[in-house]
Amino acid sequence: MSDAVLAEGLTKVYGKGERQVRALDGLDLTVAEGTVVGLLGPNGAGKTTTIKVLTTLLVPDGGRARVLGTDVLGHPAKVRSTIGVSGQYAAVDEYLTGFENLDMVGRLYHLGAKASRARARELLEQFDLADAADRQVKGYSGGMRRRLDLAGALVAHPPILFLDEPTTGLDPRSRLGMWAVIGDLVRAGTTLLLTTQYLEEADQLADRIAVIDHGRVIAEGTADELKEQVGGERVEVVVAHEADLDRAREVLSGVGIGAPVLERRGRRVTVPVSGGAGVLVEVVRRLDDASIPVSDLALRRPTLDDVFLSLTGHASASPDDTDADDTDAGDAGGEPGGVDDSASRRAGPEPTTSGKGRR
Amino acid sequence: MSTLGHTVGDAVTVTRRNLIKIKRVPDLLVFTTLSPIMFVLLFAYVFGGAIGSQNTGVDYKEFLIAGIFAQTVVFGSTFTGFSLAEDLQKGVIDRFRTLPMAPSAMLFGRTLSDVVNNVISLVVMGLTGLLVGWRIRSNPLDALAGALVLLFFAYAISWIMAYVGLIVRTPEVVNNASFIVIFPLTFIANTFVSPESLPTVLRVFAYWNPVSSVTQSARELFGNTNPAFPPPEVWPLQHPVLYSLLWSVAVLVVFVPLSIRQYQRTTSR
Repeated sequence: MSDAVLAEGLTKVYGKGERQVRALDGLDLTVAEGTVVGLLGPNGAGKTTTIKVLTTLLVPDGGRARVLGTDVLGHPAKVRSTIGVSGQYAAVDEYLTGFENLDMVGRLYHLGAKASRARARELLEQFDLADAADRQVKGYSGGMRRRLDLAGALVAHPPILFLDEPTTGLDPRSRLGMWAVIGDLVRAGTTLLLTTQYLEEADQLADRIAVIDHGRVIAEGTADELKEQVGGERVEVVVAHEADLDRAREVLSGVGIGAPVLERRGRRVTVPVSGGAGVLVEVVRRLDDASIPVSDLALRRPTLDDVFLSLTGHASASPDDTDADDTDAGDAGGEPGGVDDSASRRAGPEPTTSGKGRR
Repeated sequence: MSTLGHTVGDAVTVTRRNLIKIKRVPDLLVFTTLSPIMFVLLFAYVFGGAIGSQNTGVDYKEFLIAGIFAQTVVFGSTFTGFSLAEDLQKGVIDRFRTLPMAPSAMLFGRTLSDVVNNVISLVVMGLTGLLVGWRIRSNPLDALAGALVLLFFAYAISWIMAYVGLIVRTPEVVNNASFIVIFPLTFIANTFVSPESLPTVLRVFAYWNPVSSVTQSARELFGNTNPAFPPPEVWPLQHPVLYSLLWSVAVLVVFVPLSIRQYQRTTSR
């Protein structure tokens, strides 16, 4: 598998002097062909700037980038013919119909008039917009606009797709709809780099996740690998009778990778484990052999939220914070400002992990 | 060659997109057509009595029309900057810039559709002018040439406005900023009064102001001048067509490459 996207040491500085903001600070990133990489980070981390550099919109101050082996800085026109981009806003034309929007993009990809029309109809069908095809986009819902924008990115069957926060500002139902659409594309083999501030989204869609903060990738791996960095999984057992607690601890010692911990008030025994769900079977068997009645039993895994908090020292955005209101405008306007914002938070707790490649 | 073919094709696609918008946004159509009517009526009846033919040599309505034409098409060209700033703000330019289209096509398409906009304005104003008593006293060919001088000058100004729109980035600011510059530019000229009546500094400015020469060109080509009232003895107004074309070409030579370069490095924030 070769690298569809390769970025090395990208830097981008906005502003001068005191107000200088390093939007990208030596960012390295690879996306293998046929995989989905999620670029995960808070507002102002450098996600949009990264996408802009890779899609030829922005010239970085340093570093280099290749898309399908083509140098982004040296041959931007060639790169543009191989990529599809859907930005943070739904950059669709309000006064054109859905069909006219896609038809126009097809013509600008030089597909020819006939092929452009056919492709537009096909995509409208595929994205469940056929009924709205000949209505002006200004009457579309937010979810429909995003779907149309995504369809616009797919007009020329690009082998590589860049999606910048594809669900920011969407309500939960539209978000699920977008996930389904993106999931279909991924199953069809599209290489995808997507940015998101939602951990859940990265977990859902991406094969690998690069966590980005202050313009640098601070951790990289599969969702599972990242979760393991934070301390792995644990089995929690709540016994029915407090009297059984000590016996339960004895029975469970040795089942995990650490000593069981008691929490008397909650009648709870917690054991750090590795090996996923299989270890649960062992726990159940041992408790059953010892005839200890159990009122609750769970395998707890750290969420990506835990990961993010421990990596960056600050929490990520939660989807619920920003649901209905239109956050994209604010984010787009505030990319450099956002960096400022998180820079002031850097004074907080030291990140427990930093540096790329820690496994 | 196919590159040139693509550039032309892309520009046509973009022009079509902009024209669909004119058709679908009623406010825009109202602005393009109603405000010129308002200007013709307002100036003809408010100033007509006060200024009169004793200063201009012809009926004020005839004197006025070329001036209003010039003012309106120059203002019309600010729409280029407004629209580009709007496209930038909405992310449309980001989308276009990631497509394998010719970078100049977006700007050629934009400026071209704004010419169409100006043609509509000219037609509407011309009809209104005919209603209030303006007449073409030359011949259709000369009159057409007059309209072309106006449109070509406005087209050049469009490229300045394109550059401004891409740098200023906020449609409302583009509008306000261009108003502050263009309003005096179109008033300190021979558009509505004869420049001899102006204080010295303003008079010299009016003589060399290309808006004056464009207006003078149109006035002469429409046949709305009186030989007994010759234009001032300054080169620009003695050779209005040549001076207007020189200005238009000079502006294009500077601002076409400048705007295209700016477009290629502009992205939404």
